[in-house]
Amino acid sequence: MTGSVLQPETGTAAQDDRIVLSTRDLTKHYRVGGGMFAGPPRVVRAIDGVTLDIRARETFALVGESGCGKTTLGRVMLRLQEPTSGTIRYRGTDLTGLGEGPMRALRKNLQIVFQDPFASLNPRMRIGEILAEPLRSHGYGTPAEIRDRCTELLEMVGLRRQYLRNYPHQLSGGQRQRIGIARALANKPDFVVCDESVSALDVSIQAQVLNLLSDLQDQLKLTYFFITHDLAVVRQFADRVGVMFLGRLVEVGTTEELFARPLHPYTMLLMSAVPRPDPRKRGEDRPMMRGEIPSPMNLPKGCRFHTRCPFARDICRVEDPGLQTLGGRAVACHFPLED
Amino acid sequence: MGADDPILSVRGLRTEFSGDRGDVRVLDDVSFDVGRGKIVGLVGESGSGKSMTALSLMGLVPRPQGNVSASSILLDGRDISKLEPAAMRRIRGRDIAMVFQEPMTSLNPVRKVWEQVGEPLAIHQGLGRSAIRKRVLDMFDLVGIPEPKTRLDAYPHQLSGGLRQRAMIAMGLICEPKLLIADEPTTALDVTTQAQILRLMRDLRDRVGTSIIMITHDLGIIAEMCDEVNVMYAGQMVEQADVFDLFERPSHPYTRGLLASIPRATVARAARRMPSIPGMVPNLAKLPPGCRFAPRCSDAMPQCQRPPDLLPVGVGHSARCWLHSAGAALPEGEMR
Amino acid sequence: MTLSADPAAILEPETIEEASFLRDTMRAFRRNRMAMVGLAFVVLLVLGAVFAPWISPHDPYRVELDEQLLPMSATYWLGTDNFGRDVLTRILYGARISLVVGIVPSLVSLLIGTVLGILSGYMGGKTDFVVMRLADMMIAFPSLLLAMVVMYTLGANLLNIFLALALVGWASVARVVRSQTLALREKEFIEAARANGTSRAVIMFSHIFPNVVPTLIVLFSLSIPEAIMWESSLSFLGVGVQPPEASWGLLVAKGKEYMFQAPAVAIAPGVAILLTVMAFNFIGDGLRDALDPSMKD
Repeated sequence: MTGSVLQPETGTAAQDDRIVLSTRDLTKHYRVGGGMFAGPPRVVRAIDGVTLDIRARETFALVGESGCGKTTLGRVMLRLQEPTSGTIRYRGTDLTGLGEGPMRALRKNLQIVFQDPFASLNPRMRIGEILAEPLRSHGYGTPAEIRDRCTELLEMVGLRRQYLRNYPHQLSGGQRQRIGIARALANKPDFVVCDESVSALDVSIQAQVLNLLSDLQDQLKLTYFFITHDLAVVRQFADRVGVMFLGRLVEVGTTEELFARPLHPYTMLLMSAVPRPDPRKRGEDRPMMRGEIPSPMNLPKGCRFHTRCPFARDICRVEDPGLQTLGGRAVACHFPLED
Repeated sequence: MGADDPILSVRGLRTEFSGDRGDVRVLDDVSFDVGRGKIVGLVGESGSGKSMTALSLMGLVPRPQGNVSASSILLDGRDISKLEPAAMRRIRGRDIAMVFQEPMTSLNPVRKVWEQVGEPLAIHQGLGRSAIRKRVLDMFDLVGIPEPKTRLDAYPHQLSGGLRQRAMIAMGLICEPKLLIADEPTTALDVTTQAQILRLMRDLRDRVGTSIIMITHDLGIIAEMCDEVNVMYAGQMVEQADVFDLFERPSHPYTRGLLASIPRATVARAARRMPSIPGMVPNLAKLPPGCRFAPRCSDAMPQCQRPPDLLPVGVGHSARCWLHSAGAALPEGEMR
Repeated sequence: MTLSADPAAILEPETIEEASFLRDTMRAFRRNRMAMVGLAFVVLLVLGAVFAPWISPHDPYRVELDEQLLPMSATYWLGTDNFGRDVLTRILYGARISLVVGIVPSLVSLLIGTVLGILSGYMGGKTDFVVMRLADMMIAFPSLLLAMVVMYTLGANLLNIFLALALVGWASVARVVRSQTLALREKEFIEAARANGTSRAVIMFSHIFPNVVPTLIVLFSLSIPEAIMWESSLSFLGVGVQPPEASWGLLVAKGKEYMFQAPAVAIAPGVAILLTVMAFNFIGDGLRDALDPSMKD
């Protein structure tokens, strides 16, 4: 229904219009509790009908608060977790129906950089081993070729080759995240999920790593699916943005449009909640979100956002607005914001 | 002592840790003031010493590995720098309270919330259970916990992260301390919850007059909340200024670099590449001989081989940088 | 244990990095004084056991009824037992059996338990169900009875003691390893390996296994004394080591009857057990620390 809307014509990095990865009505439900004496299990709708097209060489940012399902969506897109229903297509291949073997072969092209540079590297392996593993898994070549590639990867992310012999704990957070990036790029993927990849880093290091990601994207023609809670990073880094709330996309648009004129009240409130590094702007009275996020086990009727929305009216409590087209953009709201 | 005297005045705070590989000085000659009813920011990256400053003030640095010394730490005119651990215990929670980053782990999961929030009252004022319960209820009201009566008997896991942090703030304020130290109080929270908690803390300052030390890595929070700002780098104060001065006339190259490398949600991107500070925070055990920022500094000069002092660069504004000591001031307000 | 702790070395023994992992581990181990003391004790004990016939002037089996329960002397350093045999000599010979009985079945149950525990935890589903129900059965069944049944039906010899002890021991190892594997499986670095297309076998072998090694070492150092005790129980009940062969457990069991006339007969082998167990514990602690990469700076 909204396929064309989700790939607007105004994307900035749209040198290549081919769709790299797309999802149709993707859902992931978890069962919680239940059992012989515990009554029927309850269902958590972590992802609830997500339809999305990611174009080649763009940076698509997915923003939302904790528990909105953004991390799960990233994992399900790579089939690190199995979807409950819906389809995922990578360059035309349906991933959902793929067997273990072919899927493992495809993982060369689909990669992920994790949030926590401490937890994502095996503490008992040297950097050289960590980088060599994906190469070996896909039969890259002789041990000498693998060693050369590891050195090349280190240089690519701006580290000296001596680090091959180090353990992860001997590196700083920023250096470790560079290793995480190098490992993801070992087999020359074209689609990379970055799951909060700079969130754990200090401000000055964060800027370095973002610059690195940006350079690598240009050199290696990468497509990024950039999951973050940090709107400031999104603004600086993304071409298009999807805003997620309780398992659904509530707004999708280009970065410029979305930041200049948010359509969904949630997007607007999220943006206004970010502390601004300008003391002259403080005290400006900003609209503030009410209350707390509803539990994904017990979703409100109608629009999921109505319990927190300052503009909710009667229809919002009854009818669930789907993601609709509005002037070339997509928004899930009965009363999209006006200028 | 007049009403203009600062509530807290720290001079020459020095904290060292001894380990297998020799001693490491994690705080070096840290001095700053907190005015009455002011929110004062301590900002820096990990390893800058901002959290260690808080722990040192609270007497919470682990012994015997850690060793804290100071010329003086005046809390409301009284020097607390030489107090014995027992005397310091009487001050903690009563005169200085602290709110931590992680509301999940700073509450005991098997005890009811009200018992924990009211614990400082039992320790410092010896109140009975019913009196404590009543005071906790009042505090819950003050920090904006909805349906406070029903939340008294809740266990921590029954509260959301935001409510837990409100409960932690209630616990911090319950003995009406002279000073509240908030160490990254919103880092673990979502932006919308963060906005609520920050507003609460500002309100408390306005209504109750609480003096607050706000420790954060987020310059956005500094800009929103603080009156005065202390920028720390590698265990030293590198710049101290009024918040407006700091953002409009940053004097230390590190502050300038930090300000430049914040992604800004409200500014459209001009280019994909962001200005960034090269290199990384030095290892405190292997500090450069002179200015600790010099190896990363684009303005480094030959003088920077010697350690610079923290010197005034304007009214109530000082920086630890040879650019200013040498009289070669940077053009005002220019950022690179 | 040191060798198998580094599976990468087994996969790719020719690369330089892995070899130096071993070297790092050795260096870290050598710096641990208690571990080195423990190692020295065990080495001495092993030498003493192996070369017992050359070291001791006495015959461990010859009965001298006119020399029963003699006190300590220059001839009999720890006195003699109720058959007039030299206690120290019997302890040296007993070490042969007790050390082997302590180490071999522990290694076997560790091996079985580790393989099944990792498989069970990582694969989940049916594998997990079958392995865990099997382990439950082993743990629920009175283990002494199980061991006795094995000994009765297959006969009382050393090999069958190994078999009985391994049969009893693997289940608890499998449980501990499984729960560790379950926790490790959720770690991001495992997810990263999966995202890289690393096969399940490699993930289990080169990611999960090295991270359970510290636990295995602790389990190992705990199971040696346990196995020594088990052996002595079986011997005491008459289905273990048969007299006149000596094992430490048997020596304590037989010696306790003469506790008041000649305390050294029971206490000396008891002290031998104690010292050996402590030595293995020190070695275990040292190895665990040495294998932790963050302790190697």
